[in-house]
Amino acid sequence: MGFESSDDAAVYRLEGDLCLIHTVDFFPPIVDDPYEFGQVAAANSLSDIYAMGGRPVSALNVFCIPGDMDHERVTKPLLLGGADKAAEAGINISGGHTLEDDEPKYGLSVVGVARESEILANGGTRPGDLLVLTKPLGSGILTTGDKVGLLSPEDHRDLVAVMAALNRWPAEQIKGLDVSACTDITGFGLVGHGAEMAAASGVTFEIYTSTLPVQKNALEMARDGIIPGGAYKNRKFMAGRYQSDRHLDLALEDVCFDPQTSGGLLYSMRKEDALDFLSRCQNASLDAWIIGEAKERDVVDIKLLA
Amino acid sequence: MKEVDARGLSCPQPVLLLAEALKGSDKEITVLVDDFAPLENVSRYAQNHGCTVKHNDKGDYTEIICTR
Repeated sequence: MGFESSDDAAVYRLEGDLCLIHTVDFFPPIVDDPYEFGQVAAANSLSDIYAMGGRPVSALNVFCIPGDMDHERVTKPLLLGGADKAAEAGINISGGHTLEDDEPKYGLSVVGVARESEILANGGTRPGDLLVLTKPLGSGILTTGDKVGLLSPEDHRDLVAVMAALNRWPAEQIKGLDVSACTDITGFGLVGHGAEMAAASGVTFEIYTSTLPVQKNALEMARDGIIPGGAYKNRKFMAGRYQSDRHLDLALEDVCFDPQTSGGLLYSMRKEDALDFLSRCQNASLDAWIIGEAKERDVVDIKLLA
Repeated sequence: MKEVDARGLSCPQPVLLLAEALKGSDKEITVLVDDFAPLENVSRYAQNHGCTVKHNDKGDYTEIICTR
């Protein structure tokens, strides 16, 4: 893979059509509970492998922790959260590296494999393909509110459940389907990652914002200005590469730029495959929504329709 | 008129300070911010709670005048 199309991980052909996929991602806590943070960070790191169409085979911890942190209360549950998520992915964390640092940080370096024919790059979306998303948006807004106690314990649990959900499960539903490209929605938000995929594919994405899945409370919080700085950076960074319908609700537009932690997979596929994928996901009690369509290349990478 | 100095604070603190100030009876609350995100967020909150919003660029910071 080259560097020009912003793919989710590095791919190296090992032998024949067997490819190695390598990725690393780690970040500071987005939730207070160490076990929850460990799970979310690990799910996020593993996601890049699934976004490339591969399956993980091995992982290492990348861990920064202040010297005075309580081992029993913080370090152990945090690493357990990561290990449990790795186990759900069917792999072991076989080691890692720890640094002393003022602010904790955690994530994984993950190695995965895939047959060359299974590799899903950012590029490859064809005009007419539908866009399918596997997690609801709004986790950046909600974690911003959660940090200052604006979420009820129940809403907090729902948010963590979305972020900790492993993208393995929707990724397993694409077997045999004609999927043209994939990425995962993370720090650059739906517009940023969608635009990368559209640009790499030479098409323009049209997002039906009225059908976008948005987590509970996220639109209300956006209206109240509980929006992370990253959402505004994403909006500025994308200037000139997106167009919004002038009737688009500002809060919904904010959600489209919201940086996601461990967000969903964004697939492009033919309409009949998308419908098949949705029914497979429904049968497996997994979330998936058709959120837009790829069109012949226009002046911008991505359009937000009202 | 009340003034809230939210300069140097990161989101969502400036919004929380405005929310607190709006619990009082002042007709006009001025919030000082020095970054783009708090400027946008404070303006969104004020508008969502029935205020009209005006921005005064003061060079290295911005005055957000919220009137209800």
